[in-house]
Formats: sequence, C-alpha cells, structure tokens
Amino acid sequence: MAKTVIKVENLIKTFGNRRVLDGINLEVYEGETFVIMGGSGCGKSTLLRHLIGAIKPDSGEVRIKDKDITQLDTHGMDEIKKRFGMLFQSSALLDSLSVEENVSLPLKEHTKLAPDIIKIMVKMKLGLVGLRGFENHMPSELSGGMKKRVGLARAIAMDPDIVFYDEPSAGLDPVVTAVIDKLMIDLSKKLLITSVVVTHDMNSVFRIADRIAMLHKGKILQIGTKEEIKNSTNPIVQQFIAGDVEGPIQFLTKGDDYLEHLTQ
Amino acid sequence: MISFIEQIGAFFRRPFEKALGELRLFLQVIYWIFVGPFVRKPFSWRSTANQMAFSGVHSVIIVFFVALFTGIVLAMQSAYQLVQFGVKSLVATLVAVSMARELGPVFTALVVAGRVGSAITAEISSMKVNEQIEALDTMAINPVRFLAVPRFLGLLVMMPCLTILADVMGMLGGFIIGYFSLKINPGLYMNMTVKFLLLKDIYTGLFKSMIFGVIIAIVGCYEGLNASGGAEGVGRSTTVSVVSSFILIILADCLLTGIFYFLNI
Repeated sequence: MAKTVIKVENLIKTFGNRRVLDGINLEVYEGETFVIMGGSGCGKSTLLRHLIGAIKPDSGEVRIKDKDITQLDTHGMDEIKKRFGMLFQSSALLDSLSVEENVSLPLKEHTKLAPDIIKIMVKMKLGLVGLRGFENHMPSELSGGMKKRVGLARAIAMDPDIVFYDEPSAGLDPVVTAVIDKLMIDLSKKLLITSVVVTHDMNSVFRIADRIAMLHKGKILQIGTKEEIKNSTNPIVQQFIAGDVEGPIQFLTKGDDYLEHLTQ
Repeated sequence: MISFIEQIGAFFRRPFEKALGELRLFLQVIYWIFVGPFVRKPFSWRSTANQMAFSGVHSVIIVFFVALFTGIVLAMQSAYQLVQFGVKSLVATLVAVSMARELGPVFTALVVAGRVGSAITAEISSMKVNEQIEALDTMAINPVRFLAVPRFLGLLVMMPCLTILADVMGMLGGFIIGYFSLKINPGLYMNMTVKFLLLKDIYTGLFKSMIFGVIIAIVGCYEGLNASGGAEGVGRSTTVSVVSSFILIILADCLLTGIFYFLNI
C-alpha cells in the first residue's frame, strides 16, 4: 500500500447559502497522478484552493503529509507551500519579469544558492519542459502553450513533492494539450512527483490519470482507477465521459416549469 | 428615524471599511520594513531602487513643468495685487513661501498620484485579476513584502526629492516674471527670497510630501490588491485609486496645515 500524501476528510465549504463542497473525502497516494474531474461549477476549483491552503473550510480537515493545513498559521503554511508547486490555469507568470526571472523567483526567494547555481538550475528546468534558449523572453512574447510550460518549469523549480495543476489544457489546441500531458507524465515518473490535476478534458484525463475522482454538485460521486471510471455504472459519470446532452445532468430548460418561470 | 440613521451608516460603511483596510496594509508594510527583515525575510533593495527610478526619476520632467508654470502664475497673480500697494518686491517672498509650504508639495503629490499611483494600481490589479498575486502566495512569497514595500519606500524617498525640485522650479518661475515683467532687480529678488524663507517653511513642506507619498503608495497598493472583475475591474480600481488619493491628499494637507498653523510651526 502506497503512502498517503494528501488526505481530505469531511470537507465542507459554503459561500453565502450555497454549499459548494459538501463532505469531501479523498486520499492521494505518493507518486500517483490523481485527477479531479467534474462539470463547470461543481466545486473542483474550490476543492483545489482548499488543497493549496488558499481558502479555509467551514469544517473538515486537509492533511498534507499528516499536517492539517487548515490549522496552520501563515508561517507554517509557507513551509508547506515551499514543498509543492502549482500550475495555474492562466499560467500566472509575472508579466514584468523575463522567463528566467520567473522560474528563478522561488529559488531566489527561498534558498541561499549562488546566482550562478540558480542560473544553471533554471536552464535545467527549462530544458525539462523543452524551452531551452528562451531565458530572456518576456511572457508577452510567448504563446499560451509556451507560457504553460514556463509555468510548469516554475512549479517544479523547488523540486517539489506535490504539483497541483489547475485545468492544464484550458485554452490549448489538442497537440499542445498532448505535449503538456506528456510532460506531466514524464515529470511525475522522472522526478517522482505526486500530481493532483483538476480538469474536465476527458482525453487528457484518460492519458494521465492513475486514479480519478468524479465531483458533482459538491460531492464525490466515485473514486477509482481509469478502468473503474470508464466502466462505471453511474449514469452521471457515464454522461460526463461521453459528453451527452441527454442524461441526469440537465442544463436545458425542462418543459414542466418553463411557462411558470417565464411568467413569474 | 432609525432607517435614516441606518442609511447614513450604510453610506459611510464602505469608506470606513476601506480606511480600515488601508490602515491594515500600512501596518503590514511597516512590519515588513522594520520587523520582517529580522524575523522573516528581507524585502528587495533592487526592486526598491527600480521603484525609485520609476516614481522619482521618471516624474522629474512633468514636475519640472508643473512647478515652473505654477510659479509663473503665482507671481503674476500676486503682482496684480501687490503692485497696487507698491510692494512688488514682496512677490519674491510670497512665491517662495507659498511654493515651499503649500504648492510645491501638494502639486507634486497630485501629479505623482496621477502618474505613479495610477500605474501602481493598474499593475497590481492586473496581476490580481490574472491569478499572479495568488501565484505569489502559493510560492510562499508575501505580496505585501514583494510588491507593496518597494513601492512604498520608493515614494517615501522620492516625494521629498521631487518636492525640492518643485520648490526651486516654482521660485525660478517667479523670478522669470519678477525680472522680465516686474523689473525687480535680480539681486533684490534673491535677497527677498532668502531673507524671508525660513528653514521650517521648507521642512514642513517636505514632511507633508512624505505623508502624501505614503498616501499614494498605500491607496495605490490597496486598490490594486483588492481589485476584482477582470479588465473592467482594473480600470475601475485605477480610477478609484486616483480619486481617493486626491481626496486624501487634500484632506491630509488641510489637517497638517492646520496643525502647523495653530502650533505655530
């Protein structure tokens, strides 16, 4: 049995009177790629923000390496943050800094390494994501896919144990998405990184995932391996995988209360 | 009656919350300058120097022109009155004292609020709406230390420098009118300037300008860090930043001038 790196217990979060997360329980094991999938507005981004400590829950625990991060102060949280990396949906590179400065930022801030060493480390990380020679480019000169790769290089700059990915394929074409997916697989195999990925791109889910959690309306419907999810008997999971309009997940207005809704 | 009071309360609630937030940000900045470097992590001197260049050096030309023309206008307007009393040489004194005590610091602050305060808010708020602030946070880099402290120090140091420039330029503007139009003897003009301009006139002005610098930096960073709502939010917070800086600068000016006047400083 692999070691548990992240353990979420009974996580509940309410915004206003809307319960966004309704009793989430999950475990992520060391070295695996764990995908959280679900429709827009199902709470998956909120769940990710709890995992990185950006939001405090109403109740429940988020344990990273046996430390309950919901109880930590800023200083303790900073120490945890140094052990993980995060790739943002919009890459979130600092516009005013060059590629090299972006990737070296966590190293400069958190280590006492000499500038020469940092320079070499940045080159290595950029090499890992296939962007050798782009050190002096500014983020505005890069395409969306390149920015994502720089963001990934920055996320792994500190040699983290865990990397979080927020919609890594958002806004990218299928080929670039495949490239990013391959990078994610490579990194987790080469550097033995535990990955937690939030996405709704089914192609990449089945490419990268070791295990998958399906989130729906703030609850986890099912957790399982790729095969278990593919062969799921849950109609919601099946509709989501197939991308059908008809099914238990309803978006289009139903006939019954439509007239009532219009005339109200 | 109660609902009327409630309405007044609701009207003042947002400005009050803002003031509280700005005060909290100010205290955080002070913490990161004086305490943070010893118990946590130092701020970056390099980025502070960059901010000094941006807020100070690049504002020189605009401050130069604004102050020069203010001095010219002030000389002409005061000459219009003083000539009637036959004491046109007092133009020199009037221009020097009003530039040093009032117009130098205030006009510089308004120019810098428009040029630098807006740029600070626009930059930080666009970072905020593009997840960059959140990214700093997840990298365990405190946004106040990383972004607000260099801007705060930059303005705190450069505002007095720009104000000295404005004072000198304003007096030069006055001199131009005094010499070419009022035909005041240049030696007399300078003598009248130096004789009646006291050291306290200059340092009260410089003290004011430092307070204005604090206001511009804190309001600019606060509005930036609390922006929301995409590109529209960036524009909105930039406008709010400049408008509230202007109001706070004038309020602080009134308060400080009152203190100096009644304490006879």
